[in-house]
Amino acid sequence: MISVSGLHKSFGPVRAVNGVSFDAEDGRITGLLGPNGAGKSTTLRVLYTVLKPDSGSATIDGVDVVADSLEARSRIGTLPHSSGLYPHLTARENIAYYAALYGMPPEQSAARVDQVIAQLDIGDFAERRSKGFSQGQRTKVALARALVHEPQNIILDEPSNGLDVMATRSLRDLIRQLKAAGKCILFSSHVMQEVAHLCDEIVIIAEGRVAINDSPDGIRNQMGCDDLEDAFVKAITTLDTRT
Amino acid sequence: MTPISAVFLKEVRDNFRDRRTLLSALLMGPLFGPILFAFVINMSLKQTLGEAGEPLDVPVIGQEHAPNLMDYLKSHNINITDAPVDRAAALEAVKAGRHDLVLVVPGAFGEDLANTVPATIEVISDLANTQAERESRRTMRALRSYNQEIAALRLVARGVSPVVLRPLNIDVVDVSTPSGRSALLLGMLSYFFIFALLTGGMNLAIDATAGERERGSLEPLLCLPVTRDQLIFGKIFAACLFMALSLSLSLVSFYVTLEFIPLEKLGMTPNFGPVVVAKAFLLLVPFTLLGASLMTLVASFTKSFKEAQTWVSIVLLAPTLPILMASILMVRASTELMFIPSLSQHLLLVGLIKNEPTNMLHVIVSVSGTLLAGAVLAMICARLYRREGLLG
Repeated sequence: MISVSGLHKSFGPVRAVNGVSFDAEDGRITGLLGPNGAGKSTTLRVLYTVLKPDSGSATIDGVDVVADSLEARSRIGTLPHSSGLYPHLTARENIAYYAALYGMPPEQSAARVDQVIAQLDIGDFAERRSKGFSQGQRTKVALARALVHEPQNIILDEPSNGLDVMATRSLRDLIRQLKAAGKCILFSSHVMQEVAHLCDEIVIIAEGRVAINDSPDGIRNQMGCDDLEDAFVKAITTLDTRT
Repeated sequence: MTPISAVFLKEVRDNFRDRRTLLSALLMGPLFGPILFAFVINMSLKQTLGEAGEPLDVPVIGQEHAPNLMDYLKSHNINITDAPVDRAAALEAVKAGRHDLVLVVPGAFGEDLANTVPATIEVISDLANTQAERESRRTMRALRSYNQEIAALRLVARGVSPVVLRPLNIDVVDVSTPSGRSALLLGMLSYFFIFALLTGGMNLAIDATAGERERGSLEPLLCLPVTRDQLIFGKIFAACLFMALSLSLSLVSFYVTLEFIPLEKLGMTPNFGPVVVAKAFLLLVPFTLLGASLMTLVASFTKSFKEAQTWVSIVLLAPTLPILMASILMVRASTELMFIPSLSQHLLLVGLIKNEPTNMLHVIVSVSGTLLAGAVLAMICARLYRREGLLG
């Protein structure tokens, strides 16, 4: 369970996040939707504790991300926007490195690495060095590495970026599996279809603020549009006129 | 496994697979020094030994005017060869570099000599050319001793002892030992070793900071439940290991190189046996922490791998400054100087090669001073890593 309330974050004169609040429940998929530069990544970066908020708070399973950032970090699996692998290490070694850093004892880690390799269908290239991996393969390994410690909360920053149709489909299946396992999934995207397909809850962000926060149907109803995309545009423009 | 050792092991494994790191750590650093050293030594060996040993060819114009002088030169291992036709041609030939040196004996030489008028003899040479400079020096020496010999004969003919021309008897007593003399030359070794040490960890230090950021692997790493101090210390220790590896390889390769260089011909017996190699390693190895932290610190400020390489290469030169100052000012080892990293290692190493007794206080001050400086820099790195702007 991820909970954000009144989050503010500025970079110099730029107010990237300007009072964002929302909850992401366990067993649900929450999508952070918004145009480029809306503050999605900044919000997520505060959640996975790379950035500190200027004001407001965020908790992971009730653990404050500022006060106890180590504990908060151990409860999330993260796929940041730039998720590079180590080119000289094999896929398995890349995953095992993270398992070690999550504090897993070696025996347990080996078994768990096997498990995620099977879960994400990495077996074919698990023993290859990640230097020549395709974007899809890279994302899979980065995901496996984020899930190796079986986190309750999963944060994905634009996970489908650069993926082809098949890879996107398998990513979607994986996210649904995680949901079925009762995990809390929070991901950002600017792709409408993806969010519409997948999310139980949508948080539309524009100019650092939450424009609307509801289920896909709820958003359509509130905005009086049949099409989610129209609703999205309407929500953002309403916000503009309000300011 | 603690996070620090996990990071350490990963960096070591990663970099053992990186051709760039291996090249700089295991090949370039350790071999650059010995090769350069062997080259320099061989050059000076050739100069020193070649001087007296090999006969020197000197073209002479007007040989027929000074047959005695020609015989004298021949007896001093100088071969008289055919010269250009006249003085003008000789000047031309020396300028063009066809001859290093031409002697011109004027027609009046014999007559002047007989009349006790100073007899002119010309040495045409290009003194800006080191080879020619050396040859003309040797020729001049022979001419001067011929000059003295004739002067002595003239005095004797007039019933005066030639000793009157030597009011002083200058005697130089050289107390330097053969290993002491080698210290002069081997003094530059300490920089080679520090250079090898630093090159060994250079690529790793860059890769672990600027490289990690450029690759985009830094952000996910920072999301792990590991403190940034643990990450940076693991990386610094890994760089230390590569530096120590590079250092030991360069020490061993030097030891091997010295076996093949006939230094005793230069009047030097370097004290550089296996025990000295081991001691030198122990004296120099504390520098790894300082070097690794310094490089990591510099690389952390940069935005890309390339930029980091530029700045870190400058770090390679930093340790020369104290050593250079020391050689210019001819400082002797003292307890205060042992607080200065790189200089203290240099002074201790020179003492070791000179076979002087080791001053334990100096060693302790050098080791702890250098380690302390390294620890402080590592702390600054850790502080830098805690900044939010780290991701750039």
